[in-house]
Amino acid sequence: MALNTDYVGRVFGPGEPYEVSRVKIAEFAEAVGETSPLCRDREAAVKAGYPDVIAPPTFAIVISMASSKVVQDDPGLGLDYSMVVHGEQAFTHARPLHAGDVVVATSTVESIRAVGGMSLMTTITDISTVDGEHVCTAKSVIVERGK
Amino acid sequence: MPTYEDVEVGTTIPPKSYQLGRLSLVKYAGASGDFNIIHWNERVATQVGLPNVIAHGMLTMAQGSNYVTEWADGDPGAVLEYGVRFSAMVPVPDDDQGATVEVSGKVIKKLGDNKVEVDLSARCDGTKILSRSRAVVRLS
Repeated sequence: MALNTDYVGRVFGPGEPYEVSRVKIAEFAEAVGETSPLCRDREAAVKAGYPDVIAPPTFAIVISMASSKVVQDDPGLGLDYSMVVHGEQAFTHARPLHAGDVVVATSTVESIRAVGGMSLMTTITDISTVDGEHVCTAKSVIVERGK
Repeated sequence: MPTYEDVEVGTTIPPKSYQLGRLSLVKYAGASGDFNIIHWNERVATQVGLPNVIAHGMLTMAQGSNYVTEWADGDPGAVLEYGVRFSAMVPVPDDDQGATVEVSGKVIKKLGDNKVEVDLSARCDGTKILSRSRAVVRLS
């Protein structure tokens, strides 16, 4: 087993606060091809009942990937990033992220398993506002291919 | 958007195609912060054994959420949960067509509280690129 199973259960973070901005949401929406005005136009978002422009459903990856990268880069884990592919990704939203949110991410290694000649690592990232409001849970499975 | 009353288990969502070119990958790298070289450099991608530059898995995942968001009347906030397994890579050639991702979906469960579970299928050149792709959507 290439990955250090002592890391199971280890918690990383909360990291530095991340300010969700209208500009970044719009940039991300444009980049993924999401055309909804609710991701660009504050007036449209407010009219739809949101406090400000809202992020598309996978935007949280910008925050969660940075957090799980801290886990993956930890030398004690023993991960060879050049052998990693993204296996699975999921998001559960209590509410959409919106411009103005200031959030922190905390990642926990949920499991490390050997499957065939590969290692699978599951990381759960909690994204909450700095005031403690839970917004999103991201679950990521990465696969380190065997050599 | 159909209402919760309108849909049934088995209700299908009209399929849609999305084009991903090299520029899409550049924009996504910038927007997401994922600058992994296999998503923009053909020399290195092929050196490590890939057929070509490949799309970020997360970019292909986003085509699925674009798809259900459009079904939900363009409200990204209606997508309460979304998860995928990445089952095949998406090579993106350096030409005018790039890669075409075809997404289709159907309602598989009515969960109450106006929420439905949708099963999505995403293919590129006939190959399934996202498996176990599910979303929970709040309808009106």
